[in-house]
Order: sequence, then structure tokens, then C-alpha cells
Amino acid sequence: MELTAQDLTVSRGGVPVLEGLSFTLRAGEVLVLRGPNGSGKTTLLRTLAGLQPALRGEISQPPEAIAYGAHADGLKATLTVAENLAFWASVHGLSDIDVALDHFNLRGLANRAAQNLSAGQKRRLGLARLLVIGRPIWLLDEPTVSLDVASVGLFADAVRTHVAGGGAALIATHIDLALDAEVFDVGPYKADPNAAQGHRTAFDQALDGALDGALDGAPL
Amino acid sequence: MIALALRDLRLAIRAGGGFGLGLAFFLIVVTLVPFGVGPESDILARIAPGILWVGALLACLLSLDRIFQLDFEDGSLDLLATAPLPMEGTVAVKALAHWVTTGLPLVLAAPVLGVLLHLPAPGHLWMFITLLLGTPALSMIGAFGAALTVGLKRGGLLLSLLVLPLYVPTLIFGAEAATRAIDGFDNTGPLMMLAGITLASIALLPFAAAAALRINLR
Repeated sequence: MELTAQDLTVSRGGVPVLEGLSFTLRAGEVLVLRGPNGSGKTTLLRTLAGLQPALRGEISQPPEAIAYGAHADGLKATLTVAENLAFWASVHGLSDIDVALDHFNLRGLANRAAQNLSAGQKRRLGLARLLVIGRPIWLLDEPTVSLDVASVGLFADAVRTHVAGGGAALIATHIDLALDAEVFDVGPYKADPNAAQGHRTAFDQALDGALDGALDGAPL
Repeated sequence: MIALALRDLRLAIRAGGGFGLGLAFFLIVVTLVPFGVGPESDILARIAPGILWVGALLACLLSLDRIFQLDFEDGSLDLLATAPLPMEGTVAVKALAHWVTTGLPLVLAAPVLGVLLHLPAPGHLWMFITLLLGTPALSMIGAFGAALTVGLKRGGLLLSLLVLPLYVPTLIFGAEAATRAIDGFDNTGPLMMLAGITLASIALLPFAAAAALRINLR
């Protein structure tokens, strides 16, 4: 399982935010994504996860290989912890949630409704989803928000176990997870906002040309 | 797919899930009409099929924005989009869950509430049949509208404006089929049109709604 991006340009609202990205994430590797706020880390992860198309470039893995962990955990407030996990497992054709409950220390909360969890517990439940859906490549967007030190440790353990089993993880985070990871800084790939001009369609250009012509000829 | 259907049904039944909202609204409309129109039984009997159909349609409209909006807000929709389930299947299942929690109770309640409107004798059966044929189209068309407006804050008004014109054919043929049957005429024509609208919605709109969702998730 190797995730390769070739000359990737990602865009938000039609404007390119990162361009010329090329990297390889091999099985058993963790890649930490860094960059200031608004630099396009989330956009890159969403593009890799198949939620939005890339403006240009190639992604080697289909979205079916990828587990995407977003800012929002996708929890239903009125379902219990176990019901939330079991739902995500069965959507992916699996049923085992015990490992995830144990790993993220949620066993004691299994029958509690998600609305009665603290922010950190919700986050743990959101991360436990990764363990029940059985996908080899994890793309995680700030996974440690609202986690305490002990829970960050649990999360780092989960990532270590995952990559040791042949998985891979691409994690956008600012804290040190004490993982044996390479750092990939998106800063140098920042797209020139004016480059949006280059992506205009032939229709736009033809229209502009026609308008310019009309204005030139018009008596002022 | 079954897991998604079961989850949506479970969410609807749990506290705050909105189950019964449409039914309560339908009940209120039907009980208020005799007060507004007056108690003359022949007038009520004549307008009963129309009132029941309009009431069912508006009750359906009330809960449409819940189909995708809640999943969008808590991030589930992103995760469902990356799940192995095709988006078309997700849309169809969510429309089905909406029908089971909103349309089906209306279908079952309409013949009973018809009594309040002096609905003549064969009308109870025909209200049941026409609503059973027509309400799946209301849920499916509604899911399409909800998919179009999913990213918008308070998109409920826009959703109603988008969906109401699309509901009109269902309303016309549904009410017409029931009225003709009550008056003793042949109603095969409107009944066939009603079934046709429902089948066409179920066949085509999941694809349109899935495309709309994919664009709104970008």
C-alpha cells in the first residue's frame, strides 16, 4: 500500500492553494504534514480522500483505500458509543468493534450516548472509528485536538500499531506525537493566487476578447 | 445499506429525531380545516381529498431539510462519501428512511383523519391507495431538493421554493385519483400518472441527488 502524489495541484473554491506537490507515503510509514493555518492542509487531505477533484496531477490510490479523519467526528449524539462504532463498521462491511473500544479506553463508556461525552471522549470515539473500518491508509486532520496527554499517547500507539501492520498514515498536526515520522512541509508548494488566471476556460478568454473588442470600438 | 437505513430509523425515533413532527402537523391541519370552513358535511366531503393531500404534502415538506443537513453538520456526510457505499445508494436509503418515518405514518393516518372531514365511504380506501402511491415520490423529490441545498445555512426556505413546484404534479394526480374514485368515475388515468411520477422519481433522482451532494461536499 503506497500512496503517491505526482505533481498535484489542489484547489479550494476553484482557486489553487497548493501546487506541484509530489510525495510518496510507503507502507509502514508515517508522514506528518506541516504548514501554517490556511496553507491548504485540509484541502490536500480532502483531495487525497476523494472528496474533491484535484486541479492537476495524479493520486496513486483510489479513495477506497483511504480512511479520512476530519475535524468533525461524524458522531450521532443520540446513539451510544458502541452504536456509533458499530454503524461505521457495518457501513464498511465489518463488525468487530471490541479492539477499538479497548484501544481507546472506551469500554466503560460503551453504553453512554455520544451527547453525554466530553470533547476529548468524543474525539477518542472519532479516532476509534479508524480502527473499525479497516482501511490501510489513514489521512488525519488535526487528530489530537482536545485530547489530553494520556489520550495523545493512546492515539500515537494506535498509529504505531497500524503502521507496524503494514498501514500508512498522513497526519496534519502541530504537536510532537513522538512517532518515527518524516515531516512534509507544504509551505514551499503554496500556489500563486494569480495563477487562477491560468485555469480559466476557453469560454472566459473568448468572452473577454469579445468584450475588449466591443469596448475598443465603442465611441466614448 | 441496511446499516444506514437502521441508523436513520433509530435516530428518527430517539429523542429529538423529528419522528411524529409531520404526523402532528398533519393532524393539526386536518382538525383545523372544519373550524375554518364550517361544519357543513357536504362541503367538507367535497374538499376532503384535496385537504388530506395538501396536508400530507406540507407535512412531508416540514422534515425535508433534516435528510442531509444534520449529517452534513456533524461530518457524517463526508465520511459516508468516503465509505464503500455508492452515493446514489446513500441517497436512496436516506429517502427511504424519510418515507418510513414521515410518509408511511401519513398514509396510515389519512383514512382515519378522513372521518373528521366527512370523507365519503370509498374515499378512505382511496386516500390510502393514492397516498401510498404518491408519498414515496414526495420523499424522493424532497431528498433531491435537500441534496441541492445541503451546504446552505438555513436553506429551508430555498428548499421549500425548489421542491414545491416539483410536488405539484404529484398533488394534482393524487387528489384527482381520489376525487374521481369517490365520485364513482374511472380513475385509472390519474392513478397511472401518479405511479409513473413515483417510479420515475425513484429511478432518476438518486443519481441527480448524488451528483448534487458530491458538488456540495467539495
